[in-house]
Amino acid sequence: MKKSLLARNNDLANTQRQMEILSNGIFQSGELPTFAEKIKETNQFPLKPKKLEILQINLGYMCNQVCAHCHVDAGPDRKEIMTTETMQQCLEVIKKTEAHTLDLTGGAPEMNPNFRWFVEEASKAGIKDFIVRSNLTIIRANKKYYDLPEFFKKHNVHVVSSMPHWTRGKTDKQRGNGVFDKSIKALQMLNEVGYGIEGSDLKLDLVYNPSGAFLPGDQVALENDFKKALKDDFNIDFHSLFAITNLPISRFLDYLIASENYEDYMHSLVDAYNPMAVENVMCTNTLSISWDGWLYDCDFNQMLNLKVASKVKHISEYNEELLQNRKIIINQHCYGCTAGAGSSCQGTVA
Amino acid sequence: MSKTYYDAADLRKFGKITEWSEELGNKFFDYYGKVFEEGALTAREKSLIALAVAHTEQCPYCIDAYTKDGLQRGITKEEMMEAVHVGAAIKSGATLVHGVQMMNKVNKLEM
Repeated sequence: MKKSLLARNNDLANTQRQMEILSNGIFQSGELPTFAEKIKETNQFPLKPKKLEILQINLGYMCNQVCAHCHVDAGPDRKEIMTTETMQQCLEVIKKTEAHTLDLTGGAPEMNPNFRWFVEEASKAGIKDFIVRSNLTIIRANKKYYDLPEFFKKHNVHVVSSMPHWTRGKTDKQRGNGVFDKSIKALQMLNEVGYGIEGSDLKLDLVYNPSGAFLPGDQVALENDFKKALKDDFNIDFHSLFAITNLPISRFLDYLIASENYEDYMHSLVDAYNPMAVENVMCTNTLSISWDGWLYDCDFNQMLNLKVASKVKHISEYNEELLQNRKIIINQHCYGCTAGAGSSCQGTVA
Repeated sequence: MSKTYYDAADLRKFGKITEWSEELGNKFFDYYGKVFEEGALTAREKSLIALAVAHTEQCPYCIDAYTKDGLQRGITKEEMMEAVHVGAAIKSGATLVHGVQMMNKVNKLEM
């Protein structure tokens, strides 16, 4: 299994280096407009939050997979894990937030040793939509995880899982050898307890990320293709497919540069810029909380270490009203969320 | 760096053809856009046809464009290669069927 950029001492494990790449080159020369310049053209600068709807909490960067496109640079060698103290602080916020959606992510959030306790406590807060982003293979990684589908069901968790393609080759190339077969088995286990079945309240959605230097196609068409193939080949059901664009940061940025696709990819993102997507981009209704309690406009800004531009920067001093007055921090990676039909952790936005 | 007739970056400038003939350029792009919308054929089917034709026309820009388009639509490499074979079969068939003309001519000229 590959190692994370951090474990490999790769230059791009340094967020400052990533920011230099994104700020210089074709953007510094004027070949392409910066994201700030682009949204100024449509009078959308500065980007400001709207009503807070989603709290996204990253429980840690540890993961059982090392996906080639991972913007978190997650993997088994990452030891950053949210402590119970920070979880307690998150629970206090969850109890009083106006947000209707709680979104747990990672890494593999299930690998946090206090994951189940946190889900049990958080589910008592009565949040309308409680999402866990599960990579699927974790359910098959070890016997201690085999009952996760039942656990999710017990707490009425909405499961959102990554699946880059309905074929083994494409999936394993992006996510690692053997991932496809384990993911299929995990999806069948989720179906068995009622997840993903038409009409079922147990929501099972899939996330599609392109397995290379290209943008996602039409979300509805892809969903139809996924549904047909997974049903025909494996008798698997799911509810919706979220098509998500890969953002040029961390391991995907490393891949783009190594494969000499970086400039073409940035051109594709800029060419596909859609001001309608800017209106609903996820940083306008989401707050991202890192494993160590820092606050960010989105999960991508978290990975670039761009903390919120607010007096309130940490969960321990959380103040929703103050946070709502901030300006959202942008850079060229934001083009990834405004290309075509837009992209967010909930799929397209325009 | 050696200069070549084709530059992959020129594909991004395709839209600029309207600058020297706005009306005709716009009419072309409107038509082009309409052709590739969902219709009696799906956009996915049209993408594969475009890929096959791109190869028979041996247009490097079109090959780049419709390979990427296919990947975006989730089309597999096996499907893409089959489409290229369809183009190749028609192309070679079109060559070979002219063999009948050659046979006709031989039959007419020879005693």
